[in-house]
Amino acid sequence: MTARTVAPRGTGSPRTAFFQFTREHRSLSIILAWVVIGLALPAIVLLPPLSTFQNQVVWVDGFALSGVYILLALGLNIVVGFAGLLDLGYAAFFAIGSYTFAFAASPQAITHLNIPFWPMLVVGALVAALFGILLGAPTLRLRGDYLAIVTLGFGEIVPAIFLNADAYTKGTNGIGGIPQPQLPCVGSVCVHFTFLDPFPFYVTMLGILAVVMILIYRLQDSRLGRAWMAIREDELAAASSGINTITTKLLAFALGASTAGFAGVFSASKLGNVTPDQFQFAVSFTILAMVVLGGMGNIWGVVIGAFTLYTIQSVLLKELNQFFQGQHVPILQNIDFVQYQYLLYGLALVGMMLLRPEGLFPSNRRRRELHQEAAEDTELAPPTQEIGDS
Amino acid sequence: MASEMATTLRVRSRIPRSVPYTAAALVIALLLLGVPQFMNAMTLGAIYALIALGYTMVYGIIELINFAHGDVFMVGAFASLWVLTTPLGLLDRPMNDPLQLAVTLAAVVIPVMLFMGLVGVIIERFAYRPLRHAPRLAPLITAIGVSFILQNIIQVVFGPSPHPTPQIFPKVDVLSVPSFNIGDFAVAGGTVRGLNLTIIVAAVFLMAVLQLFVGRTRLGRAMRSTSQDREAAALMGVDINQTIAITFFIAAALAGAGGVIYGLYFGSVQFNLGFFTGLKAFTAAVLGGIGNTVGAAVGGFVIAFIEVFAAQLGYSRWSEVAVFSVLILVLVFRPSGLFGQALGERA
Amino acid sequence: MTNQSDTALSDTAQPDLILVAERVTKRFGGLVAVRDVDLSIPRGAIVSVIGPNGAGKTTFFNVIVGISEPTAGDVSIGGRRMIGSPVRAWVEPFTWFIPAVVLALLATAASYAGLEFFALLGTVLALIALMTMLLAAIVRPLWYMRILGRLGIFRSARPNEMVAAGIGRTFQNIRLFANMTVRENVLVGMHLKLKANLVDAFLSTPRSHAEEASAEKRAEEMLALVGLKGRGDGLAKNLPYGDQRRLEVARALASEPSLLLLDEPTSGMNPNETAEMMGLIRKLRQELGISVLLIEHDMGVVMGISDQVTVLDHGEKIAEGTPEVVRANPKVIEAYLGKPAT
Repeated sequence: MTARTVAPRGTGSPRTAFFQFTREHRSLSIILAWVVIGLALPAIVLLPPLSTFQNQVVWVDGFALSGVYILLALGLNIVVGFAGLLDLGYAAFFAIGSYTFAFAASPQAITHLNIPFWPMLVVGALVAALFGILLGAPTLRLRGDYLAIVTLGFGEIVPAIFLNADAYTKGTNGIGGIPQPQLPCVGSVCVHFTFLDPFPFYVTMLGILAVVMILIYRLQDSRLGRAWMAIREDELAAASSGINTITTKLLAFALGASTAGFAGVFSASKLGNVTPDQFQFAVSFTILAMVVLGGMGNIWGVVIGAFTLYTIQSVLLKELNQFFQGQHVPILQNIDFVQYQYLLYGLALVGMMLLRPEGLFPSNRRRRELHQEAAEDTELAPPTQEIGDS
Repeated sequence: MASEMATTLRVRSRIPRSVPYTAAALVIALLLLGVPQFMNAMTLGAIYALIALGYTMVYGIIELINFAHGDVFMVGAFASLWVLTTPLGLLDRPMNDPLQLAVTLAAVVIPVMLFMGLVGVIIERFAYRPLRHAPRLAPLITAIGVSFILQNIIQVVFGPSPHPTPQIFPKVDVLSVPSFNIGDFAVAGGTVRGLNLTIIVAAVFLMAVLQLFVGRTRLGRAMRSTSQDREAAALMGVDINQTIAITFFIAAALAGAGGVIYGLYFGSVQFNLGFFTGLKAFTAAVLGGIGNTVGAAVGGFVIAFIEVFAAQLGYSRWSEVAVFSVLILVLVFRPSGLFGQALGERA
Repeated sequence: MTNQSDTALSDTAQPDLILVAERVTKRFGGLVAVRDVDLSIPRGAIVSVIGPNGAGKTTFFNVIVGISEPTAGDVSIGGRRMIGSPVRAWVEPFTWFIPAVVLALLATAASYAGLEFFALLGTVLALIALMTMLLAAIVRPLWYMRILGRLGIFRSARPNEMVAAGIGRTFQNIRLFANMTVRENVLVGMHLKLKANLVDAFLSTPRSHAEEASAEKRAEEMLALVGLKGRGDGLAKNLPYGDQRRLEVARALASEPSLLLLDEPTSGMNPNETAEMMGLIRKLRQELGISVLLIEHDMGVVMGISDQVTVLDHGEKIAEGTPEVVRANPKVIEAYLGKPAT
């Protein structure tokens, strides 16, 4: 998809004007959007009823962690949404990013290195990208289902290795003591990343998300993005048009994995430790659910889907428990919603696939693909431009 | 583009030629493992084979990897637990009267198999059939969703901790083999329990019945033709929906039987049993050549032996990694498996 | 099998042959789909391959474009062998391991000499070298293929490498990117002609913008050439059938091929559309100098535009020559109509 400056004939002027602005000044719009979101979220949670659930610090801490999942969902979206490669073991790359930082920075790791956070963000991403290529290479000739199974296998093998090679990785207890980022003081203003104050992490995550989103949008519009789309549509025709399907698919894995690497480094630093059970299949599945429910291929859709699911998982379900128990509602008060969450995920996924497989916020293209309907005759109607139209 | 695999339900394969090789392999395995572990592997193999058959049949007919199948097995194990404890009210006490034992087992196995078959049909009808013409991603995701639903229902109903199952089978020793030496090599002796033999015989019986059904009956022919070319079969008057439903019924029933066996033999079931057992059984199906029922059965035993060998060598923690590695290696280097037909073109 | 009949083009001078297929054979298990077929296409010629159904025409096509590896035989483009049985394939694995082994040996030497740092560096470099070579074997970048060439190793080309060598193709059953727009389909065809790489994409450099803009202009030209002017915004799957075939041609043209392979381009078309397609094929040869290889069933088309006709039956070439010569050939008649009852 290229940046075109087609002026749509007006249907609802402010709306189209808005979308035209975001299309022509995309990077700026993304940055502005994240600034607005970043300012709004901590403010909104000061209002009831949200303020009664948790206090602001806990909320912001949750937002910072949700950013990790949003980042993971964005990365998986490259692999699954753009290139159409069903990866069920994405958590493996997340694990690699986290453990790489643990080895590089924690005094408890057997490698006594002390590399700071900021360069490790990049290094972690590169290491993960490398593994993306390594683990993606065997899958190149496989069809959809088998690709999924092999990636699932890798998704199990990697954490299993981290668990069992406990001489190096400390097994189930994992590696703790992972340091937090350091920033030099500007004049007399110092920013401290600690466990008690989530705001520096929050702001850092906002910045990472803005940058990553800008890059991902550019990817989507590039020659590579088009090649991914072509492979997704018809791999044979794509190869016959000159696309090196092998390189293209490996790049999808590498770029997707590098995003997970970013997320892994951040997560390791924020949590302060890394253990194998942070990377079970449930994690891969949750991220897949976020991508699918949010609308594969639609970048903002995936962000919203990830944020929504995470918030539901970490906040809403607990609140439902307390609410129903407090109200003494007969059956509902005995249900532990937290325990039921995967059941709800499962039902939501099945329901979604049956009713609305394109997700909650699909791109137009995805809706067309999945409903096989004769789409509106685009020569007659003015071209409609929407967010994430791809 | 992956090479197109012609997946059909293969009834005959190149097995007869390899019977002497199989026998030799079994003997060697027996010597290396010793009697008790050998019987263990055979029993485990029977369970994996029953589950693997379900995977291979479903894939053969609609080209879907039924992620939920392992959890169907797990539900079967819990179903048999429930039947044993609630209506039958049995305690963890062996039954010594063979007739009573046989009747009890029948009273457990048959209802569980029927119930699981029904569950399989329901899952297919509501979760997979509407998506039969959707792009590949949709039914795959749905299958994962169903898997989670099944796991969580069981978890909520029975709780997350392991449940002991009543051990009603008496500890009858059929054969006692003493330890012996071949030169310097010690072969561990042990007893062959009645339970082992019963399980193996029962599993082989079920598999033989399946082979006869698929190979000789009208419905079996319908299954085979549907798996080869659905449209042509429909044009010939085969009721596709019914055929697929029957396939799912049989697959789930076999998995249910596997679940009963698991409960009887291992004595304890847990809600997350399905995930790993299912994955190992799926590896077995792929190893044998997906779509090939004989291959699935053989694959089940091979995987079980790999697992037991790994445990013997002290690498039981790595057994999952080993099995997954086998899966990946097979899919990458010989996707048609041991008994599938060789593939055509490269992508 | 050598040319057994007159061709107007194979005269005294050696014509410039854009494609030479020699003794191409393709076997699927017990079935021989194509047996010992030779085909030479002179530059600027329009050649048709005809034959009854099941004669092996599409299989032959698939070999030429690199989708199917031939059991035997070679295909050369512009004098350079592109497809055929591997030569010295056994040497290739050595290329993967030798650099790593050399570095590892150096690392060992360094450790014996007490230079710990260099030993470590050497080991790391050895691993990197090994992974790079293995990756190169999968991805097959140019520098790797050049190394193989120097060592005399030959590997059959893949479809995208054939496109790079100048072959474009359309499909018998239309394979467009259905959910992409008409313009995007053509842009994909231009994939190899665009030079912007990942860095350009990430940094959104002026160069990448300029290239995209000129690419879009060229796409419009392609569309106009095939008669789809101004239809770029529509979805490929919404085009009428005839236009879809034209779009496939436009997509194939986008890679600027020297040889265009058209698999039954007029299949399913009415006489008007067929005539238009014939006109388009002639125009391609006339204005762009593209050579064309057709599979066709419509004899009107074959006789109307071909310089040379090759006839396959049961995987073998049974006749070749100008349309008139081939039409009169008794073997051809028999292949299509069967033996007269005696």
